[in-house]
Amino acid sequence: MTGTEPTGHHEFADLAEQGLDVTGDEVIDSWRGVTAEDVDDVKGSLADLLRSRSRTLLASLLAPHKRSMAVATALILVNLVCFLSGPWFVNQAIDKGIPPLLEGGDGSIRPLVTVVLGFLVATVIAAATFNAFLLLTGRVGQEIIVDIRHRLSTHFSELSLSFHQRYTSGRVISRQTSDVDAIAELLGHGFLQLTTSVLTLIGITVILLLLDPVLALATLAIFPVLLVLTRWFRARSENAYRATREAIALVIVHFVESLGGIQAVQSFRREPRNQEIFDDLDGRYRSANVWSADLAAIYGPAVQFCGRFTGAVVLFYGGSRVIDGHITVGVLAAFLLYLRRFFEPMQELSQFYNLFQAAAAATEKLSGVLDEKPVVAPAVDPILLPHAAGRVSFDGVSFAYGADTVLHHLDLEIPAGQTVAVVGETGAGKSTIARLIARFWDPTEGAVRLDGVALDRLTDDDLRRAVVMVTQDNFLFTGTVADNIAFGRPGASFVEIEAAAAAIGADTFIRALPDGFDTDIQAKGARLSAGQRQLLAFARAFLADPAVLILDEATSSLDIPSERLVQHALRTLLADRTAVIIAHRLTTVEIADRVLVIDDGRVVEDGSPAELRVGGGRYGDLHRAWLDSLV
Amino acid sequence: MANTADRRVRHPASVNLRRVAPYFAPHRGKMWFVGLSAIASIAAGLSTPMLAKEVIDGPIAAGDRAGIIPWALAAVALGLFETGLASVRRRKLARAAMDVETELRNDLYRHLQRLDVGFHDQWQSGQLLSRATSDIATIRRFTAFGAVFLLIISIEVIGIFVLLLTLYWPLALVTGAFAIPVLILCTRFEKQYTAIVRRIQDETGDLTTEIEEAAKGIRVIKAFGRSRYAFDRYDAHVRRLFHSQMERIGMHTKFVWLLGIVPNLTLTAVLLAGTLAVGRGAITLGDLVAFVSYVLILVFPLEALGWILAMAQEAMTAADRVYEVLDTEPLVDDRPGAVALGDITGRIRFEGVGFRYPGSNRDVLESVDLTIEPGETVALVGMTGSGKTTVATLLARLYDPTSGRVTVDGVDLRDVTVSSLRQHVGFAFEEATLFSASVRENLRIGKPDATDDDIHQALEIAQAQFAFRLPWGLDTRIGEQGMTLSGGQRQRLALARAVIARARILVLDDPLSALDVHTESLVEDALRPMLADRTALVVVHRPSTIALADRAALLEDGRIVATGTHTELLRDEPRYRAILAQASEDEEGALA
Repeated sequence: MTGTEPTGHHEFADLAEQGLDVTGDEVIDSWRGVTAEDVDDVKGSLADLLRSRSRTLLASLLAPHKRSMAVATALILVNLVCFLSGPWFVNQAIDKGIPPLLEGGDGSIRPLVTVVLGFLVATVIAAATFNAFLLLTGRVGQEIIVDIRHRLSTHFSELSLSFHQRYTSGRVISRQTSDVDAIAELLGHGFLQLTTSVLTLIGITVILLLLDPVLALATLAIFPVLLVLTRWFRARSENAYRATREAIALVIVHFVESLGGIQAVQSFRREPRNQEIFDDLDGRYRSANVWSADLAAIYGPAVQFCGRFTGAVVLFYGGSRVIDGHITVGVLAAFLLYLRRFFEPMQELSQFYNLFQAAAAATEKLSGVLDEKPVVAPAVDPILLPHAAGRVSFDGVSFAYGADTVLHHLDLEIPAGQTVAVVGETGAGKSTIARLIARFWDPTEGAVRLDGVALDRLTDDDLRRAVVMVTQDNFLFTGTVADNIAFGRPGASFVEIEAAAAAIGADTFIRALPDGFDTDIQAKGARLSAGQRQLLAFARAFLADPAVLILDEATSSLDIPSERLVQHALRTLLADRTAVIIAHRLTTVEIADRVLVIDDGRVVEDGSPAELRVGGGRYGDLHRAWLDSLV
Repeated sequence: MANTADRRVRHPASVNLRRVAPYFAPHRGKMWFVGLSAIASIAAGLSTPMLAKEVIDGPIAAGDRAGIIPWALAAVALGLFETGLASVRRRKLARAAMDVETELRNDLYRHLQRLDVGFHDQWQSGQLLSRATSDIATIRRFTAFGAVFLLIISIEVIGIFVLLLTLYWPLALVTGAFAIPVLILCTRFEKQYTAIVRRIQDETGDLTTEIEEAAKGIRVIKAFGRSRYAFDRYDAHVRRLFHSQMERIGMHTKFVWLLGIVPNLTLTAVLLAGTLAVGRGAITLGDLVAFVSYVLILVFPLEALGWILAMAQEAMTAADRVYEVLDTEPLVDDRPGAVALGDITGRIRFEGVGFRYPGSNRDVLESVDLTIEPGETVALVGMTGSGKTTVATLLARLYDPTSGRVTVDGVDLRDVTVSSLRQHVGFAFEEATLFSASVRENLRIGKPDATDDDIHQALEIAQAQFAFRLPWGLDTRIGEQGMTLSGGQRQRLALARAVIARARILVLDDPLSALDVHTESLVEDALRPMLADRTALVVVHRPSTIALADRAALLEDGRIVATGTHTELLRDEPRYRAILAQASEDEEGALA
């Protein structure tokens, strides 16, 4: 009832972390194939909460709320005293209130009224303090959640693209959704339950000892049994819980993937096989759940029986002590009443155990991610460059991706305003050059400079204003067509947006959409073709108006008419700015002032398209092959 | 989604929840046991305070120590009976409930696989997933635990009240007088609470969308340096959710305050009046202890009533959401009397085919007429968005035409069973969908009984021999959860999957777009002999691919406006030239 609906599909991306190898029927599993598992080995036990990384995160999250937590502790202590005083007042009413009323008493109701008034006051205080406690801890919990969300969001946006590439968007999403939800769930009611339950247990123990130490010790003799029982349950349920998580994760993967590719599924009549796999996975999930439920079906009633048994002990032994005159009937009654409140929280604790496990696993994952350092760090002592001219230079730049050296000591000077096309085979290092200029990565050696300033000395704002990169994958955000173009320059007027679209030649198809510029781009619908999405991306870049524009294979998904359209637009777009075009289609290359042919991370040819075309070099070969393909 | 909603029969929410009942039919025995044993457990639980009363008023009052023993033993026996029964009951209930949940989920999945591609276009997978997981779990929780609990609680409350009446009726009435307003207030709060919880769910959904977009669009956000802008949008959602959560907490607190204070006030009243009654000799001391115990027992069921009612509400909404999908009829389905498509020569005809996507207000295809002779390969050419892919998907009946008909060997595709038709069609999509499974399994999707020889040949035709060199060869897992392949590698595997079945009809939707010129020509050479004796429709974006085709058809404004060989069309058809001629006039000039 915390209001956070479990959004299960984000666990989809988490499988590598959950450990996909559910050992089971090997035969049915062989279809999955083999992969190097990136198992993070997050088990989700309470012990995880105590790991130093998680502990540091928790401490830093709680630090701003020290005062509130002290107040909350005081409130809950007062509350417990009042709350637990109930049976004691019953005891007092019986022992002090009744005698004067019985035959031979003085008939005074004063003692009774005093007891009842005391009870009334305690009740009101209990309710008031609990009210305040709930509000306070509720607020603290929500503030912590907001804090976590802010930290994660900021951190993810600071982490470099190489991290995102490795980590995948699915995991970025599940960190920010299901993991945060798990912690919110715990803060929402699990944590509250834990504190009150534990304090209630302690409080009742103290009261029982005060009421009658002898009877209390007889009662507490059951404690070792409870301890053994709880330990047994905890160990088992941890395994059962993990099994359910792993099983549901597999169900979810299969569900999302097979329905996401429903076109392929249906056209290849894969449905029966899919159903077979799904039934099997779902069956395993069922077994894991039943296992988990069976444990609870033993533990819960067992604890309850301990309560009943202790009740019988108190009845007999307490009764004897009443007969012997050691205690009063009132004390006996209070004992019986307290016992009920003693065993209830024990049961509740078991119910919230899964919450703790989930939150522990989540905290462990979050702390891991927050510990990740951005490879591309913000400039420490930035040099301001509010108006870049657009001169780009590579000074002895090498770049290695893991053990692979992709660029070898590259020197390159691109004067402001020049349009440079970079061609070469897949893997030659073209895209690396683009990404280095956009500072998605930093060079392993040497420096990339803009107007003579090394990129790592620029503020992110200055760099991004000056350098914009358009790639092949053009993500469109929910919102209208106009919103998506305006992403290039938030705050742009509608007239400017229209002008940008017109300059790129995207206005014709936009106006043909149902609502023109106001057409909503749904996540899946809208039916914009790859070419149309690309045109929107160009309009976006045009509106951003950077000094340096990088097009990384940006025209490859266009069909010929769209490409021609963009071709014209590109001339406008590239006219008064520096441009680096990475392309394998030569049409795009031909509009460049200069062509660089890259091979194995080195520039092997450099010149104007016309020069290179007539030379006997690689570009000449490529050009001839391309002309041949036209026929 | 409005459109799919029209495709189903509407039921009020509570009706949909009741439709789950048949799933419990196989578990009728278990459910009877659960109900009856619950009543027995309650009786046992409620008799414990009576035992205490008997002990206090009997042996203790009489000073008879030995007299307590039978009562204490009885208490142990009752406890054993009650908790033992509870244990068995919980086991049985868990099995029944999990079976129902599993069955329901399997049925939902089965139905989703039957639903047409048009349906899936309109539904986000997350929406479907939340129905298959959290909604079904909500239904399970209520139908199994919630409903049983409601029964138990009702019996318990009535039982206690009867006991209180027999103990001392004036006090029972006092207790009742306190309980009634609690019940009324509970239901009222519940309604407000449900409303705000729903709002929080919506806002959480919005926040999730924002998170997803920021994660998936991270390249664009970074490329434009819009991190702050993205953060502000995100933060607005976070703040809104925070305020709603605080509102919810405020309301919840009020609720808890009320539930906490009323029973204790009742207890105060009972204690005052009860003690006076003991003083007057109207009831015994044991009666009073029993009475107070019962009032304390009563607190929990009253509290629980609140959340069970909320649970019922949620379950109704969940059932509504699940049946919204289950009640949607697939648009592409076997007609009554549909026959299996036997051996075919593969002559394909589109006759005046019109098509409009569900939920759209625009025809993609107006009236397509096209004949493909057996063994012929036809290239489909057209502008971006002209509907080429749509034409291709109609052949595998991923959609059915809105008007006109598609025939194979003169038989309307809608008159044959979907499965037998698809057996004859091999399909490769532009967006190569590979599943998280081994390479071998991914190819076998095209032909479940494919031998290793078949697989080798298919990989050769598609120039996808790289698959042998993967870390675990053909056993390497690929797809989302496995090894990452390049776009070109994926396309080649998808092509191999399409050709492996050696179906009479091949539909290739721009299957080579991600390949470089060299590889493309290798694939074409290998593919050509295979296409020679098969009917094929190839969607083409680039002149290089068109070499595969015997003939080309130009699609424009939802019609085939010209057909002929590539050379003919290039010569005679300016619109065709406009699409496939590599460069425009001025650039050709520059190149010359």
